[in-house]
Amino acid sequence: MMVSTSSTSGRTNSTGERTSSTNRAFEYAPAPESRSIVDIKPSYGLFINGEFVDGTGTSFKTINPASEEVLAEISEASEADVDLAVKAARRAYTRVWSKLSGAERAKYLYRIARIIQERGRELAVLESIDNGKPIKESRDVDIPIVAAHFFYYAGWADKLSHAGYGTTPLGVAGQVIPWNFPLLMLAWKIAPALACGNTVVLKPAETTPLTALLFAEICQQADLPPGVVNIVTGAGDTGRALVSHPDVDKVAFTGSTDVGRHIAKAVAGSRKKVTLELGGKAANIVFDDAALDQAVEGIVNGIFFNQGHVCCAGSRLLVQESVADEVMEKLKRRMSTLRVGDPLDKNTDIGAINSAEQLAKIRELSDIGEAEGSERWSPACELPTTGFWFPPTVFTGVSQAHRIAREEIFGPVLSVLTFRTPAEAVEKANNTPFGLSAGVWTEKGSRILWMANQLRAGVVWANTFNKFDPTSPFGGYKESGYGREGGRHGLEAYLKVESQR
Amino acid sequence: MDQVGAEARAASLGTRSIKTTAKAYAIDLAIRMVDLTTLEGMDTAGKVRALAAKAMRPDPADPTCPATAAVCVYPDMVATAKQVLGSSGVNVAAVATAFPSGRAALDIKLADTRDAVEAGADEIDMVIDRGAFLSGHYLRVFEEIVAVREACGPAHLKVIFETGELQTYDNVRRASWLAMMAGGHFIKTSTGKVQPAATLPVTMIMLEAVRDFREATGQMIGVKPAGGIRTSKDAIKYLVMVNEVAGPDWLDPDWFRFGASTLLNDLLMQRTKMTTGRYSGPDYFTLD
Repeated sequence: MMVSTSSTSGRTNSTGERTSSTNRAFEYAPAPESRSIVDIKPSYGLFINGEFVDGTGTSFKTINPASEEVLAEISEASEADVDLAVKAARRAYTRVWSKLSGAERAKYLYRIARIIQERGRELAVLESIDNGKPIKESRDVDIPIVAAHFFYYAGWADKLSHAGYGTTPLGVAGQVIPWNFPLLMLAWKIAPALACGNTVVLKPAETTPLTALLFAEICQQADLPPGVVNIVTGAGDTGRALVSHPDVDKVAFTGSTDVGRHIAKAVAGSRKKVTLELGGKAANIVFDDAALDQAVEGIVNGIFFNQGHVCCAGSRLLVQESVADEVMEKLKRRMSTLRVGDPLDKNTDIGAINSAEQLAKIRELSDIGEAEGSERWSPACELPTTGFWFPPTVFTGVSQAHRIAREEIFGPVLSVLTFRTPAEAVEKANNTPFGLSAGVWTEKGSRILWMANQLRAGVVWANTFNKFDPTSPFGGYKESGYGREGGRHGLEAYLKVESQR
Repeated sequence: MDQVGAEARAASLGTRSIKTTAKAYAIDLAIRMVDLTTLEGMDTAGKVRALAAKAMRPDPADPTCPATAAVCVYPDMVATAKQVLGSSGVNVAAVATAFPSGRAALDIKLADTRDAVEAGADEIDMVIDRGAFLSGHYLRVFEEIVAVREACGPAHLKVIFETGELQTYDNVRRASWLAMMAGGHFIKTSTGKVQPAATLPVTMIMLEAVRDFREATGQMIGVKPAGGIRTSKDAIKYLVMVNEVAGPDWLDPDWFRFGASTLLNDLLMQRTKMTTGRYSGPDYFTLD
């Protein structure tokens, strides 16, 4: 915190000196969101053919990463379970879903969207408990965009002939999603698939299955025909069984580049259509003419939003050398006001790291950053003693050769590099195997347009960062994957485009 | 300044949830920061005396309730206010320099200022020449502030921008630096006579400016949003912003004020609610 220095104002005290009285700090009292709205069952089965059924495999536990408290026992879907789920999806596809008109499918999607809004608080609280993200993000970002995604694709369902990708669905989609935005990634996958007339088998991440299972209840509540949506929980083996199942027509995956590579190999030579949304190492580029206070907000949002568990996170800050000191000073001051702690507290800015495994990975790469000679800084902050926590961290003096400038850390860790000219900024920004997103901060409109053309990244944000909207396509260049999700473009992944017939 | 980004930041600070002990602290602090204001053509000695009495003892039913920082009146009412307030610790602030438009010759503005100071004003709230500012005559604006500051003598100077007329955040930022460099003790958003008056984003820009000014010069300048802040909930949003943008050093009536009139009774009602668990209707709070 800043220390009071000399002053020209202030009331005079008895000795005639200017005073700046010392106040006790404005300490925000705890403001926890109540968890009584959620009803977590002791154990969950698989959601197959419209019903919760016991799996034939073993089970695993899902925990609250902020407290390590066990939340529920989850079935691990075996190969046989996955087969049942795919069969249910196939049956629902042939007998019901592919026969409904677009307008009829839209009714179900609108109904689901409305129920998501009605149960928004319940979903937000459950997401924060299972994932560790702050309630203000699950409440103000995740869940509203989830509902918006269903509304948006519901609107497309009866207008596919105007989208330019034909109107023929693919069949059964096998979808595997990550733990960073559990329900949002589910929405990105299920909404366009259903709108186009496909049925789905979706596997949520093993550390965050609860909102997907609550979504299964919402499907029941919406009277969605059995088998149109199936949820199989489990880890890598379940995912492998799903994507390599011979009766799956389409594979959609969001997650790490490593797993994405395995999936691409597994489906190579099959008829399966694939979209992969993988890792990133986005450059957030700040020019010297940028509105610096707002740029600092964008930097903070870019890397500390969702604990940095964001594939499009602005994890590399490229700042023009002429303003680097000023930006760093402002950034550090701003980071000192970030509140790390209980995800359910409405004033929490940074919640818990999702798992012990992820925390270990963040720690390892941060230690490597230090060993490579970068300077590490975090504001003073007290971390809870149980659960998985990592303070917001910034590394300065990073160069392109350092691993923390090249590898995805997927945590609240920012690597700062500098540049001298716009051309150098572009060169450094593009010098990565990834290409998911980038940010540009400048007051000059012409430079924004020029940069957007030069940057090899699927999304380029100008004077903002991490803005998501269902109408906007999202996806990567290079090792960040292929295919686009969201917007009209997102329909292509779930339709038989004319030339493929 | 980036308008979209600034407004988004201000809005996100407004989502802080201030409860229980933090709320009680904020409400008392906000009461201590109020410049209780009456700036009407229909002001009379009787009205000003009543306002001054209220400023000293906002809640007659509760002696632990703090006094406000000041009362704010037109220069001809300064003597009356001073008579009531005496050495109570509640300051008298006077608007001067052809408030609210500022459209008068410099001599007249200076005479207006001296008149208020001689009558006993502890603080002068001046208006800048927005016409000069908007036509790019920044030096003229600067020199006028310097001259008024000199005319203030021992009184503290608050510089009103009328941000509703400056309109852009870039202008607000530029005016902030002009006023700070010219020697103003406080920078203030509005007269209360032009809409929009104080807003969260405008106040945030000014808080960033005083923060950066201290960083550059070591000097601390105060900030006063005025006009349109009517509820405790709003006041608390401002205090959160002070805390997180300028820093906790500004959480003091010496460095942050609210120019307000109706705000005080809402703060009193909320205060009563916090201490007793309930409050009666507006009739239980004095209407001065």
